[in-house]
Amino acid sequence: MVAEKREIELCRAPDILETARRRWQGQATVDLNRPFGSCRIEVCADALRAVCQWLDEEAHYMFATLIVEESPGAIWSLRYLFYGASALWIEVVIHLEGNGAIVPSLSNIELGPSYDWHEREAEDLFGLQFKGHPRLGDFVLHEDWPDGVNPMRRDFDATRRPEFPRHESAWQPAVIVSAPGSFAMPVGPVFADFAESAHFLLETVGEDVIRTIPRFSYKYRGVEKIAEGQPVDRVLLLAERFSGTAAFAHGLAFCDAVETICAIEVPTRAKAMRTLFAELERLRHHAATIAGICNSTALAVAASQAALIEEDLLRLSCELTRHRYLFGAVTPGGMTVDLDEPRCRRLTKEIGDFAARLAKLRDQLRYSSSFLDRLEEVGVVSTGAARSYGLLGPIARASGIARDIRKLRPYAAYDAADFSVPIEREGDGYARLRVFFEEAENSAAIVRQMLQILPPGPILVREFAWRSGAACAAVEAPSGAAFHYLRLCEGCIVARYRVTPPAFANWHGFHVAAESFAFQDFPIILASFGLSNAECDR
Amino acid sequence: MANWVTIGLSTGIKTSPYPGGADSASGVSPGRPTPPPSMPSDGRAETLSARCPVHAITPRPGGVAIDQGRCVHCFRCAYDGDGVGVPWESGYEWACYPAATHSLRARLDRRFGRSLHIRYVDAGACGACISEARQLNNPYYNIHRLGFLVTPTPRNADVLLVAGPLSDAMRLPLRKTYEAMPSPKRVVAIGACAISGGVFGPSFISAGGVSDLLPVDVVVPGCPPPPLAILHGLLLVVERKPPAVQTMETRATAAESA
Repeated sequence: MVAEKREIELCRAPDILETARRRWQGQATVDLNRPFGSCRIEVCADALRAVCQWLDEEAHYMFATLIVEESPGAIWSLRYLFYGASALWIEVVIHLEGNGAIVPSLSNIELGPSYDWHEREAEDLFGLQFKGHPRLGDFVLHEDWPDGVNPMRRDFDATRRPEFPRHESAWQPAVIVSAPGSFAMPVGPVFADFAESAHFLLETVGEDVIRTIPRFSYKYRGVEKIAEGQPVDRVLLLAERFSGTAAFAHGLAFCDAVETICAIEVPTRAKAMRTLFAELERLRHHAATIAGICNSTALAVAASQAALIEEDLLRLSCELTRHRYLFGAVTPGGMTVDLDEPRCRRLTKEIGDFAARLAKLRDQLRYSSSFLDRLEEVGVVSTGAARSYGLLGPIARASGIARDIRKLRPYAAYDAADFSVPIEREGDGYARLRVFFEEAENSAAIVRQMLQILPPGPILVREFAWRSGAACAAVEAPSGAAFHYLRLCEGCIVARYRVTPPAFANWHGFHVAAESFAFQDFPIILASFGLSNAECDR
Repeated sequence: MANWVTIGLSTGIKTSPYPGGADSASGVSPGRPTPPPSMPSDGRAETLSARCPVHAITPRPGGVAIDQGRCVHCFRCAYDGDGVGVPWESGYEWACYPAATHSLRARLDRRFGRSLHIRYVDAGACGACISEARQLNNPYYNIHRLGFLVTPTPRNADVLLVAGPLSDAMRLPLRKTYEAMPSPKRVVAIGACAISGGVFGPSFISAGGVSDLLPVDVVVPGCPPPPLAILHGLLLVVERKPPAVQTMETRATAAESA
């Protein structure tokens, strides 16, 4: 059925295919890449910029990720992957040769910020040179790491820690405030509370912060590199565990990619259950974010109420799937745990209670003026900035961009789910809080819908043939769209795994919200984004 | 204006009975695999060992040994599709000393028993360990009632709580935090990553756990260890609770036999 559906989508493809052919006649080769399910636009490096700009601005496709692959002899293929409102991907492909090959940078076009970090990452990890990029180096790998040692290269040994001198010098950005009376206040990477490692340099003139310079990748664990050469079953552990608070969404994306490559038809019961657990995870994730926001404003009772909801959801997840963070529930071919009748009944009842508790908390917060004062007009991200940085998920929705993979490219059983995507315009902390509340309530509603339609039958296809090939899966993780590109070679071994989590785009836009604010608002802005560093750093 | 005082009071008491009694609420712990007392030598032990993706299960005469410091709760060994599986134990008192031969460095003064200041460092954790540690402050676990406090500065800290496989960029911040703490001090490694590198390490960028850099006094196995297991780890540091019955001995034995 999946194959059939894809075939229908591919038949509709000629629209964009023909448009692209006519528009780029003589400059690009445009054809249908059937196995991957994409419209493939092959260009020379000089035309890259114009084609990507055209896709962004005229064809209304959105940039998903940059996939770099190296073949023996330093032959490079760079794929700029775009998505729109159909199952069809658009890939813009360029081929290059040689160590340190030169690629034209896209970081200075209108939507440049979307490409910016992808280019910096590829420069650090593959040693590619992006011509015209204003700031390269010291991104994923911090300054002590020697230039010219690029861990994603084919010949790099991922098992051993390379030996090089470590100066352990203090990090300082290239440009820093130098007005009289001003100073730069470092925050992190170790925090006063239970927080993830990241570093923020706040440029300030006393009470007011002018600019925030963030620094990430303290938690880079080389997930993409250590996955190479490993069997699918082992890489699934990495997919689930690189970002533990969104484990189910990322595990699901990885399994989806494997299933597309091996043409596995997932049983309908498993699809409905995947949707159900993905929403249960989103509900818990948002409850935790709401608890974080209340905590950042020192509203202790509200923070406790949200934390109780979070802990109750963790306990419920554990009872249903054996694991509090849903680890090990999803597997290529379906699910590993089934929901029996008593559990379904219990879940139906409890999910309603959670929705009611959240609605109550939302109303109580709405009438707490001291709380709202701390959130309103704080950490504003304009619609324009959200668009140019390619922000995703609830953060983008609070700034007027209603993109949602569940609607654009329905996966699992989302085509059977009836829900609306919340949208707010203000782009401030309170708009984000409202989006988190509304999405959490929608998630509870989707869980109930799935319980109603949960069809009988098997939950797992055990017998299937491993195939080699490539696929990209997109899911709406709790903090936005996640793209998992996977290439399998003979014997279910992973040849290339490219993970583009939502936090990667959203952390990039964080500094936009953290400009010109009062010092004490920093924890609130941070909490209102509700992002994970583990997810971003990988 | 919502009346938060009334809302708080009407919620009632949620506090866990632990450590005074056992917490029997369902879902407080995912449980963990436990070696069966005996196992027929018909190749089952080898099947289980091959099924474990992180090599935590080793066949030994009459059964298997399970290295809890490596186990990542993937449930592969609990599948009963073909009738081969290990028993699953509930509970959460998992904290123990890193090796059987380990003796605590100079004992923490008894006075720390009811006033322990904790500093937390994330050395590359996935977020689940941090989330579980954060739950310690929620009304269920509320570690303040036990005199455990999270401190905003390493200068006041007695215990360093570390999660994650120790990523390259966190080596320096972790070492500096440890050095800034006054003696006597203790290091508690929480989660499979911090104990053995977990699914990430050792590799080119991650160490094989925190003990590569710092002396570790107490380990809390789990992926992630539930809040009560972390709490047990803290209680073990101040010797208010004994270590888990099943120590990390299995790991040392497994390493010897390998």
